[in-house]
Amino acid sequence: MTEAVSHLQKALAAGRFVVTGEIGPPKGTNLGPVIHEAEHYLKGRVVAVNVTDIQTAVMRAGSLVGCKLLLDHGIEPVFQMVTRDRNRLALQSDLLSAYILGVRNVLALTGDHVAMGDHPEAKPVYDLDSVGLLQAIARLESGSDLGRDPKGNPNQLDGVPKFFKGCCVTPCAEEVEPQIIKLEKKAAAGAQFVQTQAVYDPAAFEKFMKRIAHIKIPVLVGIVVLKSAGMAKYMNRSVPGVQVPDAIIKELAAAPKENLKKVAAEIAGRLVREMKGMCQGAHLMTLGWDDVVPDILQSAGLAP
Amino acid sequence: MIVAERKPLDQILEALAPARRILVLGCGSCVTVCLTGGEKQADELAAQLRLAARQKGLDLTAEVDCITRQCDREFAQNLKADPSTYDAVLSMACGVGVGFMSELFPQVPVLPGLNTTFYGANVASGVWAEYCHGCGDCVLAWTGGICPIARCSKSLINGTCGGTNKGKCEVSKDMDCGWLLIYNRLKTLGRLEELKKLRAPRDWRKDRGAGVRRLTHQELVKLEEEAKA
Repeated sequence: MTEAVSHLQKALAAGRFVVTGEIGPPKGTNLGPVIHEAEHYLKGRVVAVNVTDIQTAVMRAGSLVGCKLLLDHGIEPVFQMVTRDRNRLALQSDLLSAYILGVRNVLALTGDHVAMGDHPEAKPVYDLDSVGLLQAIARLESGSDLGRDPKGNPNQLDGVPKFFKGCCVTPCAEEVEPQIIKLEKKAAAGAQFVQTQAVYDPAAFEKFMKRIAHIKIPVLVGIVVLKSAGMAKYMNRSVPGVQVPDAIIKELAAAPKENLKKVAAEIAGRLVREMKGMCQGAHLMTLGWDDVVPDILQSAGLAP
Repeated sequence: MIVAERKPLDQILEALAPARRILVLGCGSCVTVCLTGGEKQADELAAQLRLAARQKGLDLTAEVDCITRQCDREFAQNLKADPSTYDAVLSMACGVGVGFMSELFPQVPVLPGLNTTFYGANVASGVWAEYCHGCGDCVLAWTGGICPIARCSKSLINGTCGGTNKGKCEVSKDMDCGWLLIYNRLKTLGRLEELKKLRAPRDWRKDRGAGVRRLTHQELVKLEEEAKA
């Protein structure tokens, strides 16, 4: 096994159950509160923190600057990169920039279509897909890039990056085989870890994990913290491959408003607890409710 | 075939604004088949223009002609009207026809009456769907005859993304997930191994990445030159 390039890689290699968090840069320049929350509630509790990349195609501050600020505050970032907004020139360039700034974890994603966001008139790029992005990262790591010099020879990098490369999968998609085939391709293209789409059905997740047992990369189960019964219903209606069971919706609906955060943390923690034995970690997506992370870890039996 | 849709009348009127003598020119090929730019639609549009002009008190004449193909020099000989005697030609062809007619009649403005939308086929009564993107590097051999460049909203080449939703695309519940169609077709054909192969990043040069495209049959060019000599 090659030497770990990040704490995330090291922790997974050590066989520890690993928890990662996530922040989303704001629409605007005021990144302070997000970083403050990360420092207050995530630092020391999670191994690394993902920074979303123009999440849901809603224009906002970039992932790379969020990663840099996390690093400045002693928090290890996971640089999320979608292929929606940048062609291979910009993606490879940003990977070099990220490495120069000290970023070591990258999560390669396709990205929600621009039609989903607040600039639906924009031209979607998708020069590479998520598999192509992983191939691009591997190429950079080999000291070259996706291009060629005028004589047709591979380009040579002056200074070579090395990343811990991640990808995503949707375990509870209605048709799961295409998801598994794509995951096999991502692993073949160099993916070293998986952070999944949100899972609320431990039984379905267990089945999925058995079906991907042949793909030997660690899996962090994704948990999106459900902030209300309304949000859970919305996810069932609108988020592909996500199914919140009725029992959880009822639990949220019955919770008094002042107790909602507590219940939300309880549910998320319970899910992690139930799926802990099936995978190598959990990826907590709190959508701004970073302050529930300590309670989730407590409820999951993972409090430090 | 090339599929097109009629531009809104207001937009057409705005583009025509200063012109008083207009030739509405239908095209007898693709746009006749998709019922947007043939002789019948040219007649209809001319009638609408006359009506709109009357309502606005404008002195406007709109005459109609139609040729088999506006994208071919030889069919221009069949024009009954002389485009250069009009203030404007409103072409009911696809963008190719508009462009080609503009070249043949450089002294008169040739304006588009349609928006050219895609390469498609008639899939149900009154419905045309996109099948090809004209990317210049066909992948249909390994995708079960279903084009991911045209029929995946993201033109992905390694399979479905996480936005596939009960067979539909995240972009719209009325839009099929192209990659799920491909998956199902390959499964039926017993060729799922095609889906499992890693596909390297595409060379987009043939899809406008290298600028304006052109097809040249060298042997024909040579014959023509020899004939001239």
